[in-house]
This record gives sequence, C-alpha cells and structure tokens, in this order.
Amino acid sequence: MNLIVCLKQILDPDIPGRDFKVDPISKEAVRGAANLVTNIFCENALETALQFKEKNGTGKITAICYAPESGEDTLRKALAMRADEGVQVLNDGLAHPDPLMVARTLAAAIRKIGTFDVVMVGRESGDWGVGQTGGLLAEELGVPYVGFVDHIETSGSGVKLKRQTDAGFEIVEASTPLVISITNDEHNVPRVPKTRDVMMSFRQSLTKWTLSDLGVSASESYYEVAELGIPVKESSCELVTGETLEERVSQLAEKILAVKRAL
Amino acid sequence: MSVVICLFAKNGFDRAGQGVAGAGRRLADELGAKLQAIIIGAADAAMIDAVKTVADGVTIAAQSELSDYQSELYLSAAAQICQSLAPKAVLLSNDTYSQEIAARLAHRLGGSAAGDVTSIALHDGNVRARRSVYGGKAEAVIELKRSPAVLWIRARAFDPAPARESVADVNQAALTLGDARTRIVERKSEAITEARLEDAQIIISGGRGLGGPEPFEDLKALAALVGAQVAASRAACDSGWCPPTWQVGQTGKKVAPQLYLAIAIHGASQHLAGMSDSKIVAAINIDKDAPIFKHCKFGIVEDYRKVVPLLKEKLAAAQA
Ligand SMILES: Cc1cc2nc3c(=O)[nH]c(=O)nc-3n(C[C@H](O)[C@H](O)[C@H](O)COP(=O)(O)OP(=O)(O)OC[C@H]3O[C@@H](n4cnc5c(N)ncnc54)[C@H](O)[C@@H]3O)c2cc1C
Ligand SMILES: Nc1ncnc2c1ncn2[C@@H]1O[C@H](COP(=O)(O)O)[C@@H](O)[C@H]1O
Repeated sequence: MNLIVCLKQILDPDIPGRDFKVDPISKEAVRGAANLVTNIFCENALETALQFKEKNGTGKITAICYAPESGEDTLRKALAMRADEGVQVLNDGLAHPDPLMVARTLAAAIRKIGTFDVVMVGRESGDWGVGQTGGLLAEELGVPYVGFVDHIETSGSGVKLKRQTDAGFEIVEASTPLVISITNDEHNVPRVPKTRDVMMSFRQSLTKWTLSDLGVSASESYYEVAELGIPVKESSCELVTGETLEERVSQLAEKILAVKRAL
Repeated sequence: MSVVICLFAKNGFDRAGQGVAGAGRRLADELGAKLQAIIIGAADAAMIDAVKTVADGVTIAAQSELSDYQSELYLSAAAQICQSLAPKAVLLSNDTYSQEIAARLAHRLGGSAAGDVTSIALHDGNVRARRSVYGGKAEAVIELKRSPAVLWIRARAFDPAPARESVADVNQAALTLGDARTRIVERKSEAITEARLEDAQIIISGGRGLGGPEPFEDLKALAALVGAQVAASRAACDSGWCPPTWQVGQTGKKVAPQLYLAIAIHGASQHLAGMSDSKIVAAINIDKDAPIFKHCKFGIVEDYRKVVPLLKEKLAAAQA
C-alpha cells in the first residue's frame, strides 16, 4: 500500500503561557525564542503508518510538508522515524494559511506523486486547531474520509479502521483510496528516532516543489483572521492552610461538600 | 435566506442540540432570516415536537439508509437538503460525527467552515466566529468569506432557543444518496457511567502525576462519595491508564461542571481549554508553581498520595 502522511510544522505548543505573545496587527503568534516542531497529531499519524507498514511487511510511506524552508526539519525527522520519502512544498511563510488553499496544495502534491491508497493527516494542528484539512483534502481528491482514527489494518481489498467517538469507538470498513485523520491513543505515541537513523536522514534527498510547480495559485479567500488576542482568565487561588495535613484536608473536604450541598 | 441547524435523530433534542438551536435563532433574527432545522435519521415524536416549537421549518430525512450515522450518506443528505434551503449559515454541534462532515459540507456548498465556535456575530454581512486557538492560549475571531458559513459550535456556550407560539411545518425529504464507500460495521460504547462528562456536575480528574492506572481506582471511590464523574488529562489517557473517552481538553471533552477537581494535573493550556468553563476549579498538586493553581478557586499543595486517602475518609464520614 502507498501511504501518504501530511505533516505540519508549527510553533512549539508547549511554550508556557507567560512566554506566549501575539502581534495584533499581523494577527500571528510572535515566534520569539520558541522552536518550530512537528504537530503532535501528525507524528501520531506517522507512527500509525509505520506500525501498519511493519505489520504488513510491505508498503511505502511518503511524508509531505507544506511549509517555508524550515519545514525541512520536519521532513528530516520523519525520515529519521523511517518514512521512505519526503516531499516539501515550499510556501512563502504564511502564518495562518487558508485551509482550502492548504488542502488544494496538498491535493496537487499528492496527484503529482501519483498513486496512493491512504492519505493520513492529524486530527488538528496544535497552533490554529483548524481540524478541517482532512475533510477538505478528501473533497479535493474526490475520495471518502474517516476522522479520529487510531488504528488501521488491511481488510479484503480495502482497509479496516478503528476510530474514536464521543462514547467509545467504532470499526469502519472502507475502500481505498481514502483520507483519514489520526488521533492520539496509547498505541501511537510517536517513536524516538535512533541516532543512526537521524544521521541517515541527512543523507537522503528530499523532493522540493514550489506552488507554481504544482500549478496552484491563491484563489478566493476561505476565511480571514479578523482579530487575535490573549484572553485574561486568571483567578486567585485560595490554598488551604492549617497546622497539620489532617486540618488542611478537612478544609478541602468541607469546600467540596459545600459545592455538593449547593447542587 | 435561512439559517440551518443540522441535528441527528439519534441524539434526540439534547442540550447540545438546544445550544445549536439557540445559536441559530439568534443569528437568524439578526439576519431577518428563517431558522430551518434538518433532522437526519428517524426522529421520535418527542424530538420532532421539541424542534417544531423552536424552528420555523423542519426537514426530516428518515429513509432507512439513514437510521444510523454513516458519514458519506449523512454528508450527502445534509448537502442536498441545504442546497434547497439557500442557507447563509449552517450550524452543527461539536460531536465527532458533526466534526467529521462539517468541512466537507462547506466544500460541497461552496462555503467556508470554522469549528469549536464560542460566539457568532455579523460584520458587514459576513459571519464572524470566535474560537480559541494556540491550544487555548489565544482567541481569534474568524471572518468566513464564503457563504454559507458552516460552523460546528461549542453547544454549551449558547443558551437554548426560546419556544415560539407558532409550530413549524415538518417536511419529509426523499433523497437519492448514492453508495457509501465507507461503512461503520461495529459500534462500541465504553461502559457508560451514570452521566456523560459534558453533563456532569462534579468532575474529579487525574493526570500523569498519578503515576499509573491504580490511583484511578481511588479517584473512582472519591467520585462515588460525592456523585462525581472521573476524567483525565491527555497524558494519563496516552499512558493507557484510562480510556480516551475520559480525556478533557482542546482535543477531548469540553466540560462545564460546578466543580472540577484536578488531581496531579499540571494545567497545560490545552487541558484548560476543555474545562475552563467550570464554575469552580480546585487542584491537588505537589508543585505550588503548577499553572493549574492560577485557574483555581481553591487548592492544596501536597502529594496526592497523602491527600486522597484522608479526603476519602472525610467525605465518607460526611456521608454517614
Ligand atoms: C495539539 C495538542 C492538543 C492537546 N490536547 C490535550 C487535551 O485535550 N487534553 C489534555 O489534557 N492535554 C492535551 N494536550 C497535552 C498537554 O499539552 C499536556 O501535555 C498534558 O495536559 C499534560 O498532562 P498532565 O498535566 O497530566 O501531565 P504533566 O504535565 O506531566 O503534569 C503532571 C502534574 O502532576 C503533578 N504531580 C506529580 N506527582 C504528584 C504527586 N505525587 N502529587 C500531586 N501532584 C503530583 C506535577 O507537579 C505536575 O503538575 C495537548 C497537546 C497538544 C500539543
Ligand atoms: N501545511 C501543511 N503541511 C502538511 N500537512 C498539513 C498542513 N496543514 C495541515 N496539514 C495536515 O492537516 C492536519 C490537520 O490540520 P488543520 O486542519 O490545520 O487543523 C495536520 O495534522 C496535518 O496532517
């Protein structure tokens, strides 16, 4: 099977709130000293793809990243995790690109790569949290879409997917080609690449395409960011005090019971 | 012109559906438009009656292929009905199924979508949606440039729609749906405890600091004493200590209980994004600098292993 994993590079979502700033004019986050990292759900997707390939013994995994030059780091890391090939589509550094434009670009890159069975994306990106690329990409490619998948295996001529729902999980049978979005679970925590594979990844060549190579141009806008700000939501916490632990926990219990009585 | 709300029969007209209707009614009034409800699946009489009293028109797609959610068929049904209603906006809830079809629906209707919306406004005739971004660290207002604006909303952020004096007409839609290229063949619910997390009044939530699955048993015992539900952080779920359905946060459940007690949870913005609407947040954490304390009404700086057994005793004593 040919698997394509779409990886987005984002501002490190783990930077503490106190270091996080936005530029209200450009309506972007200020990068400051923060690192750029691969969106965690994309790594969950790559991990899911790698396990699928290992289990089946065959298959090819192509990683795609649509990003400025810096996106190369995301692809090198994907190769170090043992993706087979990396394709970078260079953009001009848009901070909050249009979701439809992203989907059209990825669709054009996937068509240029050629045949595919399963395209995997993350359930959402850790910066803008859009959660739409998978669905839009499926429409652009004219294939079905299944969201929130955490496991994939082959079944007949298609695939069998396990996906999370609000209440539990579902098993979905689907024909290929299709697009799926991946969510986290205990089995797809991304592996840490081996040092040897990290070294190897720097020797592999990456495919680089520009938007004009793909014949994609910005069309009408899907949406725009009208405002971006940081909400202030801190409250003052009363820490329970007391001489002994016993006293303090009694107070804690009393406060909890007060809520319970007021229900 | 209309505002469409898209409901699934299987959910009934639950609080989420009521929130969608409430958001839809306010937007429709602002636009001077009609509020049209779509119900996919065979709805029971109670649901139809309830929706009839808040919407101006109701369209039901109840043919047998639609009795249970199948993404391709539900998407096709929603798109076909919307096409005949000329909507300025289409509102859905933020359940898994709605999220799965919303962006595709926007694509098919030539519109644009935005998700997990907490408020909606009009600006120069365009729909603007507020949503939290950067893992809850920032908030953005998104202006949707194409019509219709397809929004999946944080249903509890909106008050239910008031009942009206007139009762809407109900139409049955007969649709040609085509082939489903994906098929849900098995549905499994986790052993559902009393209430859904979204409806819980008290939530006791555990994080990675618990160190393993066993302490969750103690949390369950605590919860039983005060009629609470147990939840978790992503780190605890990813460790396999509890099912993914317990996860609260940006990419988990969005909860709003009267009391949210966070035990050994750090308070990362992505976790706060799912529980900051709680009336009272309280924490047990060994680290006095843990960010969770910045969002608490009360808390205790202590090892949970010392606090939880004593707390259980105190709560049990109060119950006796
Ligand atoms: C895109 C994205 C989406 C995400 N979505 C979510 C989400 O939906 N939900 C979510 O929860 N997270 C989410 N996360 C992850 C989030 O950023 C944090 O990594 C996660 O919430 C951390 O979980 P934690 O607080 O349990 O663990 P940790 O950060 O490891 O914190 C453990 C806490 O336990 C305390 N502790 C340790 N030992 C003890 C003890 N003996 N007694 C008392 N306290 C103790 C520590 O002081 C610490 O504060 C997301 C991340 C990203 C990037
Ligand atoms: N610029 C990009 N390059 C590659 N993949 C992307 C890009 N943007 C989004 N994706 C994919 O779409 C998923 C969901 O992103 P989003 O819809 O932005 O929340 C991500 O996890 C990626 O798999």
